[in-house]
Order: sequence, then structure tokens, then C-alpha cells
Amino acid sequence: MGGLNYTMLDTAKLSTAELYGKTLTDLAEDHPEIVGLTADLAKSTKIGVLGEKFPERLFNLGIAEQNLFGTAAGMALNGLVPFVSTFAIFTTMRALDQVHTDICYQNLNVKMIATHAGLSFGQAGSTHHCTEDLSIMRAMANCKVIAPADGMETALAVRAAYETPGPVYIRINRGFDQKVYDNMDYGFEIGKAVELHEGTDLTIIACGSAVWSAREAANVLEQVDGIRARVLDMHTIKPLDKEAVLSAVHDTRRIITVEDHNIVGGLGSAVAEVMAESGKACAFKRLGVPDTFSIIGLHEDLMAHYGYDINGILKTARELMGADFEEDNDWDDEI
Amino acid sequence: MGLEREEYLRLDNKARELRKLIIDTVVWAGSGHVGGALSSIDILTLLYYKYMNIDVDNPGWEDRDRFILSKGHIGVGLAPVLADKGFFSKELLETYNHTGSSLGMHLDKNKVVGLDASTGSLGHGLPLSLGLGLSARLKGQSFKTYCLMGDGECDEGSVWEAAMAISHYKLTSVIPIVDRNRCMIDGRTSDVMTLEPFADKWRSFGFEVLEVDGHDLHSLSDAIETARMASVKPAVIIANTKKGCGVEFMTDDYRYHYAGFDVDKAEECRVEIDRYHEMRING
Ligand SMILES: Cc1ncc(C[n+]2csc(CCOP(=O)(O)OP(=O)(O)O)c2C)c(N)n1
Repeated sequence: MGGLNYTMLDTAKLSTAELYGKTLTDLAEDHPEIVGLTADLAKSTKIGVLGEKFPERLFNLGIAEQNLFGTAAGMALNGLVPFVSTFAIFTTMRALDQVHTDICYQNLNVKMIATHAGLSFGQAGSTHHCTEDLSIMRAMANCKVIAPADGMETALAVRAAYETPGPVYIRINRGFDQKVYDNMDYGFEIGKAVELHEGTDLTIIACGSAVWSAREAANVLEQVDGIRARVLDMHTIKPLDKEAVLSAVHDTRRIITVEDHNIVGGLGSAVAEVMAESGKACAFKRLGVPDTFSIIGLHEDLMAHYGYDINGILKTARELMGADFEEDNDWDDEI
Repeated sequence: MGLEREEYLRLDNKARELRKLIIDTVVWAGSGHVGGALSSIDILTLLYYKYMNIDVDNPGWEDRDRFILSKGHIGVGLAPVLADKGFFSKELLETYNHTGSSLGMHLDKNKVVGLDASTGSLGHGLPLSLGLGLSARLKGQSFKTYCLMGDGECDEGSVWEAAMAISHYKLTSVIPIVDRNRCMIDGRTSDVMTLEPFADKWRSFGFEVLEVDGHDLHSLSDAIETARMASVKPAVIIANTKKGCGVEFMTDDYRYHYAGFDVDKAEECRVEIDRYHEMRING
């Protein structure tokens, strides 16, 4: 490190999460009912871009997250469409009562765009990591939960959130994500997984920053091992694309889930629920943070440390391919 | 009152050393919350090198004074102090922010010896201090709990919930100190969220307000002394400070909330720090 002289203002420029700010500003141009709210994180979350264009429509409430979400709810009660941005941990934990009762319970049209999710704020430690939000938000009735794979998908998710009435939670990273999509024409739809790699040997279901690693791993598996892995970008955790999960169970019988989140309660759990209720057996492994408060470090180092980077996925995929189902003669008779 | 000349020079020199060690740590870490560390360092110096009753050889001593860094983002300010006190080796500072290090941006109580609580989510420190104070009273312990908060942090409702209770319980063993540098991340506190009349807010919550220049060791020391003596009504210290204090190009500039430096810039900072402290001791 070192060799860099920069201030907050400069770091703001580095981030691909700027796409969020830009998309929101474009939307706001056409829809005067859109407002933005933040809590002293206008620059860090990029919602500040909206304020440059429409200063009167961006409200910075100071460092007061409970008030932030309560205020957004009040605005929604009066017909506005608030986009609220602070770090994921403060959205889903500091202000959870407001998010639950004021926003989700009243089914209000508030869009929560939470940044620095997962372990993306690696060096900041557990006070700023957020590996519980998918689990928490998945349990909020009325709320849609989305973890986009990159900046392009974030832009699409933000647009879709505007077009979808009711509460939507979108978790994005610090903004230094690898690019998964080259364009926006792949038919993004809330609740519909995107197949990024075809395969019938096993399925890797991923969300957020894990999607890129999953696709890279699938390429290696194909070239090096001759294993054909299906890769699903499961950007919507809720409502989950059950059909995609069930076809994966049926077609590949081996599933790995990968998420930048505690393996408890997030994408892996959501997939497991669908699988278990289907009554079909399947070799299954959840990759993510193994129910621990993470060590500190660079995001990519942490993903490697906990075994959900490309290498971790490869290792697990190879292990899972060793799982033998051929002797299970009853497979076809199962429900 | 104020400090004796000799003690003043000892503390001022310590503050100078610590300012430089903060810059070093930011370089080792790659970047850090340098502005708020430099605004708080004179407060930390007085607490750790004059007032706090702690035992480096027995960091878990039950009756030690407690320090709660409620503005937990200035790990790069507190870790150098703890290392310099001898809780752990200064070499450890060189690993700051490195993957797997025990020292990250926000310090972890379970990894950092001498640290009284894991903080970093703003608005948590005063409730923690309230709990320490009430439990000490129940257990018949007489230690003090110093809680250092940012002024932006005082936007959080939880600060005032705890303030109300400290005053309700007449919990004079808890000493809140606000680093009033008038800056937060997105700008100056007066532009983002008005705090004034700030002292009156604390008064109306039942506190005696001790408002001082947070870089004048004499008046800061007097304020801590007075707060420690409070027996009926809790006292809060509002320390008027400057973000980035000690380095001209950072002073009072909210953009230096968080920054990184290369070797040359860091050297410039050290020269500045010497200049600032020379000016300070020569009046
Ligand atoms: C609950 C919470 N919200 C937001 C943040 C992000 N954050 C870190 S530092 C900071 C600004 C703090 O300003 P202030 O309290 O005045 O501290 P100082 O200027 O002394 O560094 C913010 C908003 C946080 N750490 N915790």
C-alpha cells in the first residue's frame, strides 16, 4: 500500500458503486417523487450524486440511522419514493425496528440501497462487516431482497426496485467489484436467476460478489477437470427462483451455494429450504462465512481465507463430484 | 490551576510523539481516520499519561479506570497509545490493517490487550459507559469511566438516551468527553446537522458542562480534574478541537476524516507536527 495521497473526495471517484448514484439520478430526473436519504454517508454510499443534481431532494439526516428510516417511512406515507442509503450493517441492524415496523409492516414504498455489505469493508472489522443482512431481511415479510453481482446488475436492480411497489432491500459492496456483465440486455428480472454457465454435473448458485468467482471457477472446472458446472446468478434472495433451484436439483444433483455472508440464514439457507421441501435428495454444500466474526483484511483475502473464492469453490466442487449417487437406485422413484 | 511547567512539557512531548506515531500507523495501515485521531490525541494523552488508574501488567484489573472509545473509528489514534503504554509491542502497529492482523480499522476487544470495549458503530459508547458505571456502583467499585465521543456522533439518539439515564442515576463516575471538532464525514456539523446550542442540550439533560480548548493541555486537564470531582451532578467535557490538529494542511478540513499518505507526505506531516508543538510550548 502507500504511494497514494487521497482524501474522502478522491476515494469517492474510485468506486463502481457510482453506477448506483448515476442510475438513481437518471430515474429522479423522470420521476419527481423520488427522493434520497442518508446519514452522513452521502459520499461513501454514492447517493450524494443525486444531491449534486437535485440538492433539495437529498436529505442528510446526520449520523442517526433510526431517524433516517423512520423519516423515509413518513415520506412514503405521503406518496414519495424514498431511496435510503447507509452501510448495510446500520440499515439492517441499527435501524431494524424502523425497517421492520415502519417500512415492511406498513408495506411502504421505500427502497433500501445498503452498501459495504458482506466482508467488502474488510479492514474495518466486524463493526462494519455485514454478514447477517440477507438472513435478517429475508425474514421481513413484504420485502424483496436483492444482491446484485456487479455494477451493471446494480443499475438494473435499482431500476427494477423503482418499478416494483413496496419495500426493496438491495445490498451492494464497497464498489470495487469484478465485472460480471458487459451489457444490460440479459433480461434482468427480480426473482429470476440468470444462468451464466451451462452444465449438468453440478450447479453453483451464487449471489453478489461470489457470482464472478463462481463463473471463473466454472470455466476452470470445464477446462481443467472436464466438469460441466451450471452457474446461476441468484441475484434475488427473496422471492427466490424456486424453479431454477428445482431444475438444478433435478438436472445436476449437486449444488454449491456461494455468498459473501454467514452461511446461516442467507442464500444457502434459502436454497436448502426449497430443496428440502421438494423431497429430493441432493449433494449440497454452503460456502460463505462459517458462522464466525471475520478476521480483518482485504476483501479478496478474506474470501480466500474462508474458502469461498475461486480456489475454495474449485476445491468444494471437486469434492462434491466425488460424492457418488449412482448406487441410489431409487432416485427416479422419489417424489 | 493548570499543569506545572515540567508536567506540561512531559505531556506535550508525549502528545507530539503520539501524533507522529499516528502518522506512522496510517502509513503502515495504508490509510486511516487521521483527522479525528489528531483532534483527540491531546485528550487521550491526558487520560492515559496523567489521569487514568490502570496497570499495564494487569490489563484485566477489575478496579481500573475504563476508557471507552465511542468514536471507534480512530483506532489509529488509540492503538499507538496502547502500544506506547506497553500493552503490546510497537512492532504490532506495523501490521495495522494487514490481513489477519489483530489491529484493524476499528479495534477488537478480544484481540487488543488494554482495550476496554469493541467499538466502531457510533452511539454505543455512552450506553456501555452507563452500564459500567451502574455496575461499578452496585459492586462498590470506585473506578471512573471516560467515554470519548465525536460531535457528529451526538446526532445519534442513543447518546441522549444514555445521557438522560446518567443524569437520572446521578452517575458522576461516568465522564463523557465530546471531541467537538465541528466536522463529520459529509461536511461540517453545522452544514450536515445542527448541534447548537450544544452545551445547552447537555445542560438541559442535567449535566454540568465544562467547555474547553481541547488542545490546551492546561484547561483540558483542569476540566478532567473538575469532572473527576463531581459528586452530585454528572459533568460533560466539551473539548473544542480541530480535525487534523498539528498538521497545517489537514487542520479543520473535514475531508481529512480519512486519508492515506506516501512516505514524502508522511515526512511533511512529521515536520509539521514538530513545528506545531514548538509553537505550542513556546506560547
Ligand atoms: C452508527 C454509525 N453510523 C455511521 C458510521 C460511519 N461513520 C464513521 S465515522 C463517521 C463520522 C463521525 O463524525 P464524528 O463523530 O464527528 O467523529 P470525528 O469527526 O471526531 O472523527 C461516520 C458517519 C458509523 N461508524 N456508525
